[in-house]
Amino acid sequence: MSWVNAVIQGILTGAFYALFACGLSLLFGVMGIINLAHGDLAVIGGYVAVALIPVTHVPVVWSFVIVVPIFAVGGYALQRTLLQASLDRGPFTTLLVTFGLSVIAENALLEVFTSNSQSLNIGNLITYSFSINSQITISYFSVVVLALAVAVLGALQLFLSRSRTGRLIRAVADDREAAQLIGANYRHVFGVAAAIAFSTVALAGLAYAMSSQIAPTTGTGTLLSAFEAVVIGGIGSVWGTLVGGIVLGVAQQIGAQINPAYQILAGHLVFLAVLALRPQGLFGTRARA
Amino acid sequence: MSDPPQAEAASSGRAAPGALLEVEHLVVHHGQLRALDDVSVSLGAGETLAIIGANGAGKSTLLRTIAGLHRPTSGRILLDGVDLSHSTPEQRLRRGVALVPEGRRLFPSLSVEENLLVGTYRARPGPFVPDRIYELFEWMRSRRNQRAAELSGGEQQAVAIGRALVANPRVLLLDELSLGLAPLVVQRIYGVLPELLSAGITILLVEQDVAQATRVASRVQCLLEGRTTLEGRPGEFSAEQIETAYFGMSSTSAVSADADGAPER
Repeated sequence: MSWVNAVIQGILTGAFYALFACGLSLLFGVMGIINLAHGDLAVIGGYVAVALIPVTHVPVVWSFVIVVPIFAVGGYALQRTLLQASLDRGPFTTLLVTFGLSVIAENALLEVFTSNSQSLNIGNLITYSFSINSQITISYFSVVVLALAVAVLGALQLFLSRSRTGRLIRAVADDREAAQLIGANYRHVFGVAAAIAFSTVALAGLAYAMSSQIAPTTGTGTLLSAFEAVVIGGIGSVWGTLVGGIVLGVAQQIGAQINPAYQILAGHLVFLAVLALRPQGLFGTRARA
Repeated sequence: MSDPPQAEAASSGRAAPGALLEVEHLVVHHGQLRALDDVSVSLGAGETLAIIGANGAGKSTLLRTIAGLHRPTSGRILLDGVDLSHSTPEQRLRRGVALVPEGRRLFPSLSVEENLLVGTYRARPGPFVPDRIYELFEWMRSRRNQRAAELSGGEQQAVAIGRALVANPRVLLLDELSLGLAPLVVQRIYGVLPELLSAGITILLVEQDVAQATRVASRVQCLLEGRTTLEGRPGEFSAEQIETAYFGMSSTSAVSADADGAPER
């Protein structure tokens, strides 16, 4: 029964990874940006809430109402300026620029908020849970995160496949120049994609700060699991990201079940196995020529 | 950006009065290479002008510059007297200049229908809607949910034309429609041109296949190493004249004409 529990807890952890990885996958899938500052963005999301809640008196649970729009606007602005400028100079520049952003973000957070870890206190909500039996206890909050991840990824999938703007985002991702020929300003489309990606990473950051502790350097560590989730699921596949996150989460929990020391190792092993056996990821298509 | 006075356009010599698209003394560089060297093109409404020339003569560069994908070193591009030389490709599409690029350049992960739908993104009002394209190419309707990447070359070319048509352009630029296609397929694709002309679309096409170009065009213009070597109605020239214009005076210059093949794509 403890194995069943490991799988259930793994799915719940994995849903968080998926929510976290979603923006990373989108930025890479649409613009080819490998955003090394992605983890720090999530942490910044948490800190923005930490800073704004005392001022705005918004209930902590509703902090996303403020933070997500800030991130959407910030994402669009950053894409249209710094990220677009680095894209115009080539993929390695983007890598360096996002790495630089990551360093700047961590140090700025240290400067402003010190290295003490912080948390978004949602009171009892975090401790509510229900028990299926004596061994399996599920926290409401992690179920909410699971529902949120499914909703966000589902909405994103629907948006990309059905809406006019979503179709345009896919067209621009396919062929920037051809998109110009149909009248699309790809820089604006990139900005919209970045706004969506930043919004999702803000949600992930808030969820993280509510369920755990954030410190200025938390981002770098969590970034790795997002990368692994994206690679396992397959780059550019929205549902792949969800499955990738869940596979990673379950692998970690099963590893921990075998021996608590194996938790992180098991995740990395699954990641490496996918990379070796199916480099395009579980749901990915082979790279286009 | 201020439009230059009309008088200047008229006094430039080549401009036929009432020309829809005018390209004046265009010079385009690809790095050090002078891909287009003082090329002028004048295209009246309802005309079909074919640009012919060997590989690397600058044909594609000319079309891509008109569409706004290359920035000219000097020269002007006017549509209906309005200077488009400094407009973005998006603005030119809004004005009515649509390019079917060399190599089709469909969005491979989008379906046929989605390719046509994104083509309507900044469309001008007009007769061409996706439904009209399905009438033009009858096979397309039943296969509209197929991914563009799964189509044959000829089918992709038809979708590429459809994607440009749904923007309802005034001038349609067609770059090497026949490239890599079987003669029968090429004929079928060129077969829709009369319908486009009757809808009032003016066509500027680039074609390596001289016989094909002279069949469909009301005028031809031959480029060689970025310069115009011949211009007029197809019937006005002998085969030798065209050959000379196409390859240059001697066979040695024909070989060197391949030098700027790279930027064509």
